[in-house]
Amino acid sequence: MLSRRQAFSAVALLAWARFAAPGAAAQTRAGGAVLRIGYLGLLPDRRMPNTFLDPPPQDEGVQGARLGIADNATTGRFTGQEFVLEERLLRDAEAVEPAFRELLAEGIRFVLADLPAPLLLQMADLPEAREVMLLNLGAPEDALRNESCRRNLLHLLPSRGMLADALAQFLASKRWRNLMLAVGPQPGDQLYAEAIRRAARKFGLRIVADKPWTYNPGARRTDTGHMSIAAEAARFTQGAPAYDILVVADEAGDWGDDLAYRTSDPRPVAGTQGMVPTSWARPHEQWGATQLQRRFRARAGRWMLPRDYAAWLGTRALGEAATRARSTDPGAVARQLRDPGFEIAGFKGVPLSFRDWDGQLRQPVLLADARSLVSVSPQPGFQHQFSELDTLGTDRPESRCQFR
Amino acid sequence: MPIPLTPLSCAAALALALLLPQPAAAETILVSNEKDNSITVINGASLQVMRTVPVGQRPRGIALSRDGKQLYICVGDDDRLDVLDLETWRVTRHLPSGSDPELLAVHPDGRRIFVANEDDNLVTVVDAQQGAVITEIPVGVEPEGMGMSPDGRLLVNTSETTNMAHVIDTETHDVIANVLVGARPRAAVWQKDGARVWVSSEIGGTVSVIEAGRWEVTGTIEFRIPGVPREAVQPVGMVFSTDGTRVFVALGPANRVAVVDARTLQVQRYLLVGQRVWNLALSPDGQRVYSTNGVSNDLSVIDVEQERVVRSIPVGRLPWGVVVRP
Repeated sequence: MLSRRQAFSAVALLAWARFAAPGAAAQTRAGGAVLRIGYLGLLPDRRMPNTFLDPPPQDEGVQGARLGIADNATTGRFTGQEFVLEERLLRDAEAVEPAFRELLAEGIRFVLADLPAPLLLQMADLPEAREVMLLNLGAPEDALRNESCRRNLLHLLPSRGMLADALAQFLASKRWRNLMLAVGPQPGDQLYAEAIRRAARKFGLRIVADKPWTYNPGARRTDTGHMSIAAEAARFTQGAPAYDILVVADEAGDWGDDLAYRTSDPRPVAGTQGMVPTSWARPHEQWGATQLQRRFRARAGRWMLPRDYAAWLGTRALGEAATRARSTDPGAVARQLRDPGFEIAGFKGVPLSFRDWDGQLRQPVLLADARSLVSVSPQPGFQHQFSELDTLGTDRPESRCQFR
Repeated sequence: MPIPLTPLSCAAALALALLLPQPAAAETILVSNEKDNSITVINGASLQVMRTVPVGQRPRGIALSRDGKQLYICVGDDDRLDVLDLETWRVTRHLPSGSDPELLAVHPDGRRIFVANEDDNLVTVVDAQQGAVITEIPVGVEPEGMGMSPDGRLLVNTSETTNMAHVIDTETHDVIANVLVGARPRAAVWQKDGARVWVSSEIGGTVSVIEAGRWEVTGTIEFRIPGVPREAVQPVGMVFSTDGTRVFVALGPANRVAVVDARTLQVQRYLLVGQRVWNLALSPDGQRVYSTNGVSNDLSVIDVEQERVVRSIPVGRLPWGVVVRP
């Protein structure tokens, strides 16, 4: 094994001699070029999961970044480039800023960030973060792509607006035009619902009923708890104007799963539960996605989740930029990332690229339930003069982003 | 519903058959059906499905043995190669392949088979006679395309996530060069003169033409089809015409095969075929190109001389690879 590796490194070196442009930066002791990537994650509070089927993992996100690093390393053997992940996984919001400063002090210029929006902005606005690029993995706020946008933020995950538009396009193409909206009490639920309302206006759908979900199904898992939730769901939907589909806004997954089959009229459920617009889903196996699903499961011992996918994409984008730039110099990598022609493959059948007006990654959005991929938006027929992917989320003409 | 065979429809079928270029000898078209775990066998003269042969799980890449008597089949989910005897139509042997074999290339010596292991970042070299693995060659992430040079001295392997063409010396099994190409490279096909190797990039939407020896991309082909979004243009399979002047390029969900002038690298024509066209094969007499269409589950027959699609033949689910046995 050792001999093969030695032989191989000689080959790789030879190959690199052919490949490398002169002037690669950041030499290591071994003589290779290194790109160091930070990972800054604030772990969610432990809480009782809604279902024992899918306990929330404590390593969501970072596992995707680790896989991305491994993929980059395989490529790096041929280009003489090395990729290192510096992980900072924190339980305490107070610890985020010191950890971020520590990463920057080590010379790291690219940080994958799984942080709530206010913390993310706080990091982006630090004076020493001016020359740093933060890759957003966890904050879906549309404001971050609009009035609160920052030049040093790139968004790997779709915004709530993109998810809502993906769902609305699907409903419009099915001609399921009348929606009933059930909105949870959390701030994220409110923003999700607002995105659904905006998407409905954009794609000519009607929200015929828009109701807050206030029932607290605390005793649901006690014996006969199913009866009270069924009664509550029936009451909630009874007497609603004729609607085609019930759209739920319950980002935490506290109650959204409890509406299907319990509504008074037989109607499907979509939104945060039921058929979900999402960047990644377990049933997705098209465009080679089987490969990524398998690679991830072999490494992490669980299924890939949207945050893992965002982290994998971010790491791969940096790796691809370093390969194309033929350099691990942060300036060169950043220029490559920002280049209008820069594209990455993400197992969605089309090249993904960053919007220059708000730093959002253009991407198709999957529509899937637990066991099947239903559709992928943009839907056929939603045309765009530049890229059909720009029919999802805030397009250039309506963007309120002014970089500062 | 069975279609009644009236004299009129017989006459129509006969007239249609006469319009098709007839292969000199009765060739056999072999198609792997990824979702059906089978090989569809089509008579090249009648263009009728003769039989459907069950094989291992998830068959994709297929290749004929040098003597043309056997078909090697990558059955990815069984982590092996199946060897299909083309006389008895039975799988007679299994060969080791390494993990998740996707595509393969048979060396002109007839003995060595090079296999791309999609989930293991390796090219595995298999001895077909001994049924043993000779060695493993580390390559990029998701190895895919396998292009054997006409003289058998070099193998070009593409890696879909690394976005490179790796040039492998088939004697020493060393990687001697790595060429960066467009995103998600798929097929690697050599010109008959060995001067250049062509690599298609599914997500990049381009074909890179690499000069052998210098190992540099000296030409890039882009495809612009009116009314088809750029993202839907996903080049995968490629095949040269017998005289080497034209290249046929399958464009995936654009549902078209491009005809490219091999000298000027200009696209001459787009031929509408079935949905999500994946791989291509040329008939031995050079008169036809066959394409597997993964979504419409059929095989399109292209007349090379007229550059027209003349027939579509239903095959199994998710047809993937295609080869023609003389």
